Amino acid sequence: MRLVLVSRRRISRQRQFATPVVALLVALAIGGLIVWLMGRSPWRALQVFVIEPLTDPWALQEVLLKATPLMLISIGLLFCFRASRWNIGAEGQFLLGGICGGGIAILTHGMSGFWIMPLMMIAGMLGGLAYAAIPAVLRTRFGISEILTSLMLVYVADLLLDYLVRGPWRDPKGFNFPQSVSFSDAAVLHPLFEGGRLHLGLVLALVVAAIAFVLFRRTLFGYAVAASGDAPRAANFAGFNEARITVLVFLISGALAGLAGVVEVAGQVQQLRPGFGQGLGFTAIIVAFLGRLTPVGATLSSVVIAVLLIGAESAQVSLKLPYDLTRFFMGLLLTCVLVGESLDRYSLEIQRERT
Amino acid sequence: MNGAGVGVVVELKGITKYFGALLANAAVDLTLRSGEIHALLGENGAGKSTLVKILYGLLAPDSGEIVIGGVPVTLESPRAARAHGIGMVFQHFSLFDEMSVIENIAIPLDGAIANNALRRKVSEKAAQFGLEIELDRPVHTLSAGERQRIEILRALIQEPKVIILDEPTSVLTPSESESLFVTLDKLKAEGASILFISHKLEEVRRLCDRATVLRGGRVVGATDPRRATAKELATLMVGEGIADLNPGAGGEPGAPMLVLDGLSVAPETVHGITLDGIDLVVRSGEIVAVAGVAGNGQSELYNAISGEGGRITGGTISIADRAMNRASINDRRKAGAAFVPEARLGQATLPQSPLSDNIVLSWHATETIGSPFINRERLETVAQGIVRDFDVRIPRSDPVAAHLSGGNLQKYIVGREVKRMPGLIVIDQPSWGVDARAARHIRQTLMDLAAQGTAVLVITQDLDEALSLADSIVVMRKGRLSAARPTRTVTRGEIGLMMTGGARATEGAS
Repeated sequence: MRLVLVSRRRISRQRQFATPVVALLVALAIGGLIVWLMGRSPWRALQVFVIEPLTDPWALQEVLLKATPLMLISIGLLFCFRASRWNIGAEGQFLLGGICGGGIAILTHGMSGFWIMPLMMIAGMLGGLAYAAIPAVLRTRFGISEILTSLMLVYVADLLLDYLVRGPWRDPKGFNFPQSVSFSDAAVLHPLFEGGRLHLGLVLALVVAAIAFVLFRRTLFGYAVAASGDAPRAANFAGFNEARITVLVFLISGALAGLAGVVEVAGQVQQLRPGFGQGLGFTAIIVAFLGRLTPVGATLSSVVIAVLLIGAESAQVSLKLPYDLTRFFMGLLLTCVLVGESLDRYSLEIQRERT
Repeated sequence: MNGAGVGVVVELKGITKYFGALLANAAVDLTLRSGEIHALLGENGAGKSTLVKILYGLLAPDSGEIVIGGVPVTLESPRAARAHGIGMVFQHFSLFDEMSVIENIAIPLDGAIANNALRRKVSEKAAQFGLEIELDRPVHTLSAGERQRIEILRALIQEPKVIILDEPTSVLTPSESESLFVTLDKLKAEGASILFISHKLEEVRRLCDRATVLRGGRVVGATDPRRATAKELATLMVGEGIADLNPGAGGEPGAPMLVLDGLSVAPETVHGITLDGIDLVVRSGEIVAVAGVAGNGQSELYNAISGEGGRITGGTISIADRAMNRASINDRRKAGAAFVPEARLGQATLPQSPLSDNIVLSWHATETIGSPFINRERLETVAQGIVRDFDVRIPRSDPVAAHLSGGNLQKYIVGREVKRMPGLIVIDQPSWGVDARAARHIRQTLMDLAAQGTAVLVITQDLDEALSLADSIVVMRKGRLSAARPTRTVTRGEIGLMMTGGARATEGAS
């Protein structure tokens, strides 16, 4: 007896929508089993991980705050991944965005003016864009794998941030802690409504998602990106310039990761300090695939992953579950989604040994 | 014995094989006798390959029986099939380019090394069947015909009772095919049983003693091909008669649309072909065919003309009197050109995109498709128009390209380019892997297009196609192009000589 994958002749549309949901349920079931084996109540874990973050108003705001950079970065990554250009270094572009935007905040410290925030955003986008241009140009000019270069540049960005906040940008009154001054009022994203925590970042992210949706659905540029990812020879036949697409998707992806960096430092952290990235640039890769590389999917899966991240924080406290369990769970979820995607295209059949 | 008769070597009984819901073989019976050459005929997708893969142990049948020498057997692998005396020569060679001939022969023999004993044995076989070849030559220096000899020797060395040849002449020149036939006749005289898979009816009629015809996975006929006409065989294969082509009005050709003047192109890859001083003129209203054995620079020529690849090192290319040496494919389209590349899926179309979306690929530079937002309704209307006008059979409304059969997808692609009303169309292998009816449709479309004044350049390995379609014919060999010859006055023999370099194929090349 052996198992074989048989190609389905038709891929049903209902299936494509149902698959991520089923994958999520399967992942929850397996996760529950693990929690049960660890001697905790799976129902309690479900409550803490999933239900509370979605029902408690304070926690829900935290979820959306966490989802904001994930949306911005993952939607940028869609452009790369749709084109089969593998930008693994969004974390680095995210950090560079924060560094450049935060740099403006530090340089304008004590000043006020409506122009400071837009300037920070522009600087952050340019920073992420320039940083993403490096692997793009290395690939198009010298044929160097963008996977390696973009990944390695993450560590460079990490160390650059470390150097800045311990060196030139360290807060003189900060008791030698490795962190910058707290940003002035004009360099901070304020809550949209009284007593809340949500800021302009979420609005920006949703606008970006909407623009990406239209670009992919309706424009020649979106078509060219997808074509060059699906079938490079067909893109060549259509006359879409491969190098130009590589550079463009990296620039878009870098600029959006950079914008996310500004939103994170100006909204959440309100100063520069090491590790403000929290690995969100890497998490966004999972988000992009979980959302099946579509803008709507990425927006929704940003929220799903943010729920898990917030849930994990409270699970640490209330259930004494290790934080690593969340990372495990995200891996599990991604695996379930990828398996589900394969089963959309292939059916699993048991073949009897011949007699 | 089941009373199957004298000399029966292999019997296939009621072989049935499904791929998912697709029925590839439906209760197929086939009997192979010693000392005969048995043709397995059928269109692409008729189930020929599935059947021989089952016989060679590559696939397991869902039901049915394989009887060898009167005993039912299970062939769970090619190794088991070889142990039962079944040898196979594949259409696409499975050879290691960097290794020598003798090493390639030794590899599939269990535990064998390229020692003197093996050399002696191979040399003997080679001399016996007219398959002479230098045993120490690396494979990448050999022609397709020589490579096929290695495959045949590889099969013969295991003393098979049955030899399966899958479309063996598709990669050979006419003279190479001739010497293959001599070899096969010798094998037959020695008592071997040969299963010869082909869709070339003329050679089947010349060579084979019996023919089994498959259509839609079923045996639809078993005849003596020497007594049937090619037309009768074709009718069996496709189910009904296929009309002849209607040539166009045959007016005088007009102004030159495509001119290559001493065009030289550097190869794109290490094993690629260098194009060397190509001269070619295609005028409005005429069809020119580039014939030649595969791999002599045809892909490079197509790429150079379409602008999809290759670096021009000398000479000029012009379309509609405009210099195009450095022009992109879209600049060339703007000058009135249309291109149909060799690979239908993944080059001419995005396999997983609907037919309507696939219009964008070749239309976006020259036609109105909507800007800045693509007009999907218009694309769907255009796609429906192509489907209707070019007899494209689709499984449902606006399917993805990969769900069309080869012939229907090719009709769609040709239709997409014809709808642009090009002044020049360049088409690479128009009917490769396409069933006979679709091939006829495509050829008729090209003839009609020429009659309306389009310049048509057809690159094809199918000599019959070149002769039936074109006004004049040029032959490509080793990156060079012969002078054009009017199709009316040229003979197959002459073209064969030009293909192999037997005559002064390239005039002016001393």
